[in-house]
Order: sequence, then C-alpha cells, then structure tokens
Amino acid sequence: MIELINVKKVFNAGRPSEFTALGGISLNIEDRKVTVLKGPSGSGKTTLLCIIGCMSRPTAGRVRLDGREISGLPERFLTDIRRKGFGFIFQVPNLIRGMSVLENVMLPAYPLGEPHARLKERAIRGLNDFHVSTKATSKVEWLSGGEAQRVAIVRALINDPDVIIADEPTAHLDTHLSYLFMEIVENFKKEGKTVIIASHDPLVCESRIVDSVINMRDGRIEGESS
Amino acid sequence: MDYETQMRSPIERQRGIIDFTLSSLMRRKVKNVGLLCLYALIVFILASAIFFTSSIKKEASLILRGTPEIIVQKMAAGRHDLFPLRDMEAVKNVRGVAAVEGRLWGYYFDDRLGANYTLIVPPAARSSAEPSEARPLFWFNAAALEPGTIVIGEGVARVGKLSKGDSIAFTAYDGSTIDLKVADTLSSKSELVSSDLILIGEEDFRKLFDIGKDYATDITVEVKNPREIPTVASKITRVLPDTRPIVRDEILRTYDSIFNWRGGMMIVILSAAILAFVIFAWDKASGLSAEERQEIGILKAVGWETSDVILMKFWEGAIVSLTAYFAGVILAYVHVFLTGSLIFEPALKGWSVLYPHFSLTPFISAEQLITLFFLTVVPYTIATIVPTWRAAIIDPDAAMRQTGE
Repeated sequence: MIELINVKKVFNAGRPSEFTALGGISLNIEDRKVTVLKGPSGSGKTTLLCIIGCMSRPTAGRVRLDGREISGLPERFLTDIRRKGFGFIFQVPNLIRGMSVLENVMLPAYPLGEPHARLKERAIRGLNDFHVSTKATSKVEWLSGGEAQRVAIVRALINDPDVIIADEPTAHLDTHLSYLFMEIVENFKKEGKTVIIASHDPLVCESRIVDSVINMRDGRIEGESS
Repeated sequence: MDYETQMRSPIERQRGIIDFTLSSLMRRKVKNVGLLCLYALIVFILASAIFFTSSIKKEASLILRGTPEIIVQKMAAGRHDLFPLRDMEAVKNVRGVAAVEGRLWGYYFDDRLGANYTLIVPPAARSSAEPSEARPLFWFNAAALEPGTIVIGEGVARVGKLSKGDSIAFTAYDGSTIDLKVADTLSSKSELVSSDLILIGEEDFRKLFDIGKDYATDITVEVKNPREIPTVASKITRVLPDTRPIVRDEILRTYDSIFNWRGGMMIVILSAAILAFVIFAWDKASGLSAEERQEIGILKAVGWETSDVILMKFWEGAIVSLTAYFAGVILAYVHVFLTGSLIFEPALKGWSVLYPHFSLTPFISAEQLITLFFLTVVPYTIATIVPTWRAAIIDPDAAMRQTGE
C-alpha cells in the first residue's frame, strides 16, 4: 500500500517563478491494482508519479510505502528503494542509443552487483517474454516504436519490481500498440504487481482492467472513480 | 541476496559499471580515439622531453666524472688562445693545486665527408689506464697509438666506413697531406662523448696544426681539496690575469640551465605541452554534451545513484587517461632510447656536423613516471568527474520530463 498524506510540491520556492505543482494530495494506492492518474497536462500527474516512485521528494507532506515513511529519506536510500521496488516506463522509451537492446535492458541492474551471467540470462528471458529476443544484439536505434517500448518495459522489469510506474505510455503509440500495451498491463496485474499509470488517453482510462481512476486538475484531486 | 552474491557484489558492481563504460567509449569511437591520440601525443611529448633531458643529464654526469676539476684557458683579445707551457709553473705554485697538465686538442674539418672531428692527444698518464669508474669515458690500447697512427670513435668509423688498418688523409696547416693509420676504434660507455673523437699522437698533432712544443691547447688542474676549487680558480686568475679557469661545476650548471625543468628547450616543450593539456582538460571540464547529459538523466531514472554515475565517469577518465599515459610513455621510450630522439635530435643536441648515433642509455626513474602521472592522468580524471558530478546531482525526475529528443 502506498499512502500519500497532504503531499505538496513547490518548484522554485521563494523565487518570482515559484510554482505549485501539487497542492496537498492525500491518496491511498492499493497493492496489486491498476491505478490511473488522469488529467490534462499541467495537472501534476507526472510530479505525483515522481514522488510516488522516489524520484523526487515532496516539499511538504508524507509518503508511506507499506507503512514505512520514505519521504524524508536521503537520496541513497530513496535510490535503493526505487531501483529494487519500482520499474519505470516513460513517455518515450528513453533507451540509450548506440548500445544493444540487451545492454539497455541490463542497465538498471549494473550497480546492484548481480553476477553478469545470471543477469544476462534474466534479461534474455525478459526479452523472450515480450517477443523481442531476436533483437537482443541489435542497436536500439534500429527498433520500431513498438519494439522500443517493449524493450523499455523489459528494462523496467529487470529488477523484478513490485510497482510499475508508467508516464503517458500510450502517448506515442498507435491504437493497436496501445491495446497491446494494455494487455501487458493486464499480465502485470495477474502477476500481482501494482501498476500506476499517468494518462489522459481514454483507451487507458476506460480500460476494463483499470481498478481506479484519480482525476486531477491544477495539482489537486478532483475525484476518484473505480 | 545470498551470501555468495553479497561477497561478489562489489566486484560485480565495478564490472557492470566498467562494462557500461567500455561500451559507452565504443559508442563514440571516433571522438574517443581522436581524444586518445591527442592525449597520447601530449604524454609522448612530455615523456620524451623528460626522458631525453634526464638521460642527457645522466650522460653529462658520466662525461663530467672524467673531466678535470679546473681547466685553464689562455685568453687573447677575449678569445681562447694557445697556452704557453712556461706559465704552468705559476699555476703549480698556487696553494692547493695538486697537479697541472697540458692538454692538446682541437677540431678538424674533413671536407671530403663534410664531417667535423674532435682530435685529442691522450694524456700520457692516462693512456694505459684501464676502464674504471673513475675514467668511464673511453679507453683504448695505448700501445697501438704509435706515431703515424690514430684511434677513432664509432661515428668517425661509421661515416668514413673505416676499420682497423685503413688510413685517413689529413690536410695539414700548410696544405701538405699527412696519412694516419687507424690502429683501433674506441669503445665507450657514451657515444655522445666519443662518436666524433680521434685520438692522435702528440707529435702528429703538433705537425698537423703547427703547434710548437712550448704550447698546449689548455691546461688541467687537479685540486687537493674539492671544496677549495673556487678559491684555487680565483687565485689562478690573480696569478695569470689573461687566463680563464673553467670549473667543473660551471659545466654542470650549463647543462642544467639547458636541460633542467626550468631552462632552455625544456621550458618551451613543457609549456607548449602543458598549455595543450590545459586546453584539452578545460574542454572536458567545461561541460558535457547534451547527449551525455540525457544519458545521465536516463541512468538516474532507471535507478543509478549519483555515486554510480560518478564511478562510471571515473572509469571512463581512468581508461582513457591510463591508455594514453602508457601509450605515450612507451612511444616516448621507443622514441628517445631506440630511435635516438628522432624529433628532438636536431633541436636539442646541437651537434653541428657529425651527428653521433645517439643511443642514450635508457634511464627512467619512478620519480619521472610519477611526475608525469600527476601532470596528466590525475588532472584529466578530475576534469572528467567534475562536470559529471554537476550533471549527476540533478533529480532523476528530469528524465521523466524529457521528450527523449
């Protein structure tokens, strides 16, 4: 369970350009469910995802992960929680050009010190699960949009996280690929993973596999629907 | 995590990060190879200069070990003149002087080969000397040096394609020809000293240059107490005001001022190389490319810590700089000690006509290598890490907001 208690995020505090991205959010996100943060751009979805995923800290308020408060932890601990507990799928695949698919997938696990052979085996298995293992040695710039996103998903799963965070994952996908993505999300749910998606794509928000939709606007929650 | 994994993880972590670093370097192959070449070139120039100068100083110390403590030259109108042997008595009487000896030496230009030889009449007392630490310069079979014969240095033998038994025709002061037979060639610890050398008998020397029996080229003075050398030198000037004493330390100082860190050609080479290095390091330190910044953003977003990114950049800097360092040092070694300082030779050695085959005795100290290391590898590695640190401390959520383009 992820609990947010009156979470605020202010950028450039004290300066003329001060901007409040989140204005006091209180929210509970249940385990093994698919939650969608829905809202127009500028509503604070990505900022909220970053705070949930330990990528940034709130200016005020508390974040609890399985009952443990994590909002005040120093960067090292946050990173540790992030890389073991969270997998990120970005709006664009964010793969490193010039490197092979396999290397990109193994990237998040390098600093963890797992034996190379075991890591490689796991990465190949992941690529296999998403039908991109034939591309393992290809450079990422040679991939199609759909393949690149699947590789990014395998990378997000390499450390076997409990929570998958996806920021506008269908923004650059056509309808067919978007449906495929939602099938992948369904499988995550079956495997018992918690999925949090920021999106305003109706195809995502209205999907039958989504358990809860949080409506956001101007850094606040407008309502929640299940 | 099991026990085995825990034990192996620090090494595996380094390995994983080095793997990424190597593949990072390979991705920008052209840029990095160019960088490596430039870097290795700077190290090569610096190392060559250091090896060359320290070895030539070492050679100089070899030469000086055999040099007399004081050489006294006669001056006439500000120029070096022949020394009248009758004046030797006055020098002998100076308190502190142990021995005085006249020397005969000069230069001979061989217009047939276009080479300049140094002709020396070996002092009688030394002609039978065996090679020893005290007389390390050269030695020869004195019995072979009979009137009408000469002993030649390796350079002379090489240039004139001469060997034992051949003759060299010398043109004397009056235009007549004197044939001198090669009795032997010199063996020497330092070819720098003996390459252009010809040892000649006193009689033949005087005949060749028309130098009377009462004159020598200059005289050498041995001093009882080495600490009194400057005093003895000044006393000689007082007794014989038209002479110039040259103290061994002065020669050493001359070598030093030409070849040490702060003097002569070294300062030119060093400052040029260091300037190039500063520009090069500054370019690295002044920032990362947009592509590198984006990569750091991605790495942080996928779970790398600031310290992981810095470690990666440290390895990148270390791999580039160590490779360049070793390549530069090895090339410099080959350049200085195996190819005879091909590039520096004409500029630094100043051998006017007859170039010795200049194989310097390899002389490298740990101090030189460490100095070079701290001049190159350390600043470069720091220059690589600093901008990375600035980029790596950004919040990982920056990557979330990137459009990826």
